[in-house]
Amino acid sequence: MADIALNNTNQSTRRIHPQVFALWVSFGSILMMFIALTSAYIVKQAAGNWLEFLIPVEFYFSTGIILLSSLTLHVSYSSFKNGNEAPYKLLLILSLILGSIFLVMQFRGWFTLFEGGIDLKGNPSGSFFYLITILHAAHIVGGIGAMIVAVLHAFTLKFKPTERRRIRFSLVLQYWHFVDILWIFLFAFLLFI
Amino acid sequence: MAEVKTLTHEEDILIEETGYDDHFHDHHHGDKYQSGFISNYIFSMDHKMIARQFLITGIFWAFIGAAMSIIFRLQLGFPESDFQWLKPILGKWIVVENGVGTLAPEFYYALVTMHGTILVFFVLTAGLSGTFSNLLIPLQLGARDMASPFLNMLSYWFFFLAGVVMFYSLFISTGPFSGGWTAYPPLSALPQASTGSGTGMTLWIVSLVLFVVSVLLGGINYVTTVLNLRTKGMTLWRMPLTIWAFFVTAILGILSFPVLASGFFMLTFDRALGTSFFLSEIFIEGQALERIGGSPVLYQHLFWFLGHPEVYIIILPAMGLVSEVLSVHARKPIFGYKAMVLSILAIGFLSFIVWAHHMFMSGVNPFISNFFVVFTLIIAVPSAVKVFNWITTIYGGNLRLNTPMLFAIGFVSMFISGGLTGIFLGNSAIDIQLHDTYFVVAHFHIVMGIAAFFGMFAGIYHWYPRMFGRFMNETLGKIHFWGTLVGAYAIFWPMHYIGMAGVPRRYYSFDTFDAFKHFGEMNQFITVAAIIVFALQVLFIVNFFYSIFKGKVQTTRNPWGATTLEWSSPIGGVHGNWEGKIPTVHRWAYDYNKDDREFVPQYIPMEEGEVAGEDVHV
Repeated sequence: MADIALNNTNQSTRRIHPQVFALWVSFGSILMMFIALTSAYIVKQAAGNWLEFLIPVEFYFSTGIILLSSLTLHVSYSSFKNGNEAPYKLLLILSLILGSIFLVMQFRGWFTLFEGGIDLKGNPSGSFFYLITILHAAHIVGGIGAMIVAVLHAFTLKFKPTERRRIRFSLVLQYWHFVDILWIFLFAFLLFI
Repeated sequence: MAEVKTLTHEEDILIEETGYDDHFHDHHHGDKYQSGFISNYIFSMDHKMIARQFLITGIFWAFIGAAMSIIFRLQLGFPESDFQWLKPILGKWIVVENGVGTLAPEFYYALVTMHGTILVFFVLTAGLSGTFSNLLIPLQLGARDMASPFLNMLSYWFFFLAGVVMFYSLFISTGPFSGGWTAYPPLSALPQASTGSGTGMTLWIVSLVLFVVSVLLGGINYVTTVLNLRTKGMTLWRMPLTIWAFFVTAILGILSFPVLASGFFMLTFDRALGTSFFLSEIFIEGQALERIGGSPVLYQHLFWFLGHPEVYIIILPAMGLVSEVLSVHARKPIFGYKAMVLSILAIGFLSFIVWAHHMFMSGVNPFISNFFVVFTLIIAVPSAVKVFNWITTIYGGNLRLNTPMLFAIGFVSMFISGGLTGIFLGNSAIDIQLHDTYFVVAHFHIVMGIAAFFGMFAGIYHWYPRMFGRFMNETLGKIHFWGTLVGAYAIFWPMHYIGMAGVPRRYYSFDTFDAFKHFGEMNQFITVAAIIVFALQVLFIVNFFYSIFKGKVQTTRNPWGATTLEWSSPIGGVHGNWEGKIPTVHRWAYDYNKDDREFVPQYIPMEEGEVAGEDVHV
């Protein structure tokens, strides 16, 4: 019933698509969840009994990988808009692969951390690290799900850059950029605070 | 258009002349859309049906929650009596000894906990804002439906699922969660802490996470619809106050419920994975636990960061409904429309920086308390602005004292009496004496319990024809109103007195406390009043369901002579809300008694030389 929204207001005067706008509102919601966790982190850290540890190198790699995946997805989106079928499909697949590698790197990072003696059950500093990164990874899983749908569309539907499909793709793209920027923020937070 | 329709209603003809053609009915989805029983009544994507689903589910939960309060009030009023007659309902929670049945203490705590959880979340959040945001946002804004009808449907079904899980938890052998509706650790964090802390708490947390999802899906939809789908001419400053209230409510929900979710995730980690976010140095049955390093106060911060905006999530929709009902039935424009909007925004903003006034006695730094005292007292300013404007709206009006109007006036009365005690409690020094006593219970029940219910009743009686095409019985409605008004004050006024004497809330029995046990007769009085009020609510439920089938039929589209758009759409409602074009808006929502016209609906174009109502009335 998405066309109810599309039909409802004057196309020429409306600047933002309602679904894009709804996505932005949900970003606010997701952001509040992580702000709650980082605030709790700062409060708990200030209360003392806080174990300092080095962040495993895997998390640095994953940061690079997710940045790269945002870039490839963006180029894939521009290719779609400009009607270039081959780079659109290729870069979309590549972004999906990079996104999955990000998850694998996070997973390996947690193992390195665990082997280094930082246990989920131990000092709250470790518990917070696991909780924040796991919750972020859950949002990445959502993004990968959306990308899988985008890939299915790319390979099952006939290539036709219509307005409706462009909006759909842009929803995936914006969400992916959001979880990317969210990770950069969280990584910097965990690194420096 | 694909077919030629003959329009017979004057509203339709006017809208066809002046309205805006969005080609909605060209697509023919009206023919097969929601034609089956399941897609029409169960998995409906029509906002009007979803509103009714929210309302009826809310009424179901209100009955359960209120019935629970009657059972624990019986224990408080008549602790020595024989409760064996409750055994068919409560089963093993009535313990029979020497032929006398008593309520099991752990179940008493479970009842108190469930009463709070159900009323706050399921009834006054979902049942109130869920019902009326869904019904009125598209209809009053001139939209065909919500921005995403599908997410709207999901919002209801997540709420339903949350309800199923909570309902199931009432029947498990260890009983539902019993650590208070705020679910403070350690009772909520350690499954071995009490009987309800095990499976009961697990189900509680699952239910509430589902509920958070429901609120977020609903709220994202409401905000998007308000900002993107208004009809032509419906500027933000022409929106009815109901919409402003639902809009700010939705924003509060979107920003505060995720914080609660964070707290719940940490709690779940503590419960299931052995972390110590909220636990430190705990002894259970003489055994020291290994869990160290956490802080239970941290949970309280996260909880009340939601908890305080939550009380405004409850009261703002009621305020919006009451503003509208007062203006319509006083036949006068709302007094100080812009001041009303600005005070809604101010209340919304301030609600985020007062949460620690729930924690003055939890070991937070007293200097930090000062900050929260100041902002808490500042909230009295926009609240007083609203009260002043409601009173000046009805002052000198041509009042119709029908049931919705009576409930709206009753709301103002309740909000004043409950709000004044808030000023006492907002001071951290007086809170040392009053915290956790019946004074607090009386305060929040009047100001956000009874007041919100009065707002909801005003809304139900007023918009009942819009929902069901019939009217509720007016005589029963008036009995409902007067009985509830007197009864509610009879319940909660004595509680202030008991609370000032220091009687703590949540206690099972006061028999062993010399300082408290002489309030026994007053507790009996409260219990009797509560039973009478409960009976009156049953009367309301009977009236509600009877009127769906047998109520007086609505014959004109705009029975109250209101100006807002929902009364221009066909009786009973159609898919897409208007038959042909959608109405365009030419004026604000409060043109009552203007230039010798009793009321001028928003879709009527301005006459030549006519001065806009919003310019005259600010």
